[in-house]
Amino acid sequence: MIKANIYVTLKEGVLDPQGDAVKKSLHVLGNRDVEEVRIGKFIEVWLQSSDEEKARQELEEMSDKLLANPVIEDFRVEIVEVG
Amino acid sequence: MRWGVVVFPGSNCDADCYHVIKNVMGQETDYIWHQDSDLSRFDAIILPGGFSYGDYLRTGAIARFSPVMSSVIDFAEKGGLVIGICNGFQILLEAGLLPGAMLRNKSLKFICDSVYLKVKRGDTPFTNRMREGQVIKIPIAHGEGNYYCDQETLLRLKQEKRIVFSYCSQQGVESTAFNPNGSVENIAGIINEKGNVLGMMPHPERCSESVLGGTDGRYIFDSMLEWLKEMGEK
Repeated sequence: MIKANIYVTLKEGVLDPQGDAVKKSLHVLGNRDVEEVRIGKFIEVWLQSSDEEKARQELEEMSDKLLANPVIEDFRVEIVEVG
Repeated sequence: MRWGVVVFPGSNCDADCYHVIKNVMGQETDYIWHQDSDLSRFDAIILPGGFSYGDYLRTGAIARFSPVMSSVIDFAEKGGLVIGICNGFQILLEAGLLPGAMLRNKSLKFICDSVYLKVKRGDTPFTNRMREGQVIKIPIAHGEGNYYCDQETLLRLKQEKRIVFSYCSQQGVESTAFNPNGSVENIAGIINEKGNVLGMMPHPERCSESVLGGTDGRYIFDSMLEWLKEMGEK
């Protein structure tokens, strides 16, 4: 079994209205030093596999095709458990 | 002339579209279940609004991989007329039939309202019953209609005159003040390079009968019908 963490984040320069709203809320709470907030997605995937290289390739493909939209988002695949 | 309205799990404007085309316009119309793949009998396909697959992951992201979508892509490549309304537009973007992507509305609010649109092209299969510069009033209802594309794509859309509708004032002034969602260039609707695929956030099917308070939506469906008639029946 392989476990991967996939981080999907908005590309630089793409507006994040949600992050802006959270930033304003943090300011209201008194966290005046908050400069910027950007919100993304954290996806955990378990694969029935033990071949780390093959799994990585498959995870990159599925991220590019479905989990992230490359027009607005970047993604990063981290394999955290092999066994 | 036969029209098809695709039904995804979570579509909720499919019956409105079906009603307008079948009962108001008197055209042959069928629902197409998202598991179907034979579109050979159709002249025009509507991807309706709603929340396909609960908008999970991203709007349209999962619907885009429904079996029917590969047939819709083939249908569009062969020149068939495809209109994506609201969630249908979001699905067309995810499927790559139109460029760009949708972001959350700038206000973060789901907006249900009527807006004015400027018709930027009067010579497409979807707008031939209107003139360039005409202002029409159409309802919107979306939380993610903030159209985004990179500068290069935007430049190409402008150069190729592929922005078909933009948000404007009642007098036709296009400005961010009349843009409900923050979309780039006040974009409300765009077409593909060939001109046979239109995506738009506003809902023409919600204003195609006077009893509903407006009939401007009919301009779009009537334009499609006119174009299909000119092209000759299958």
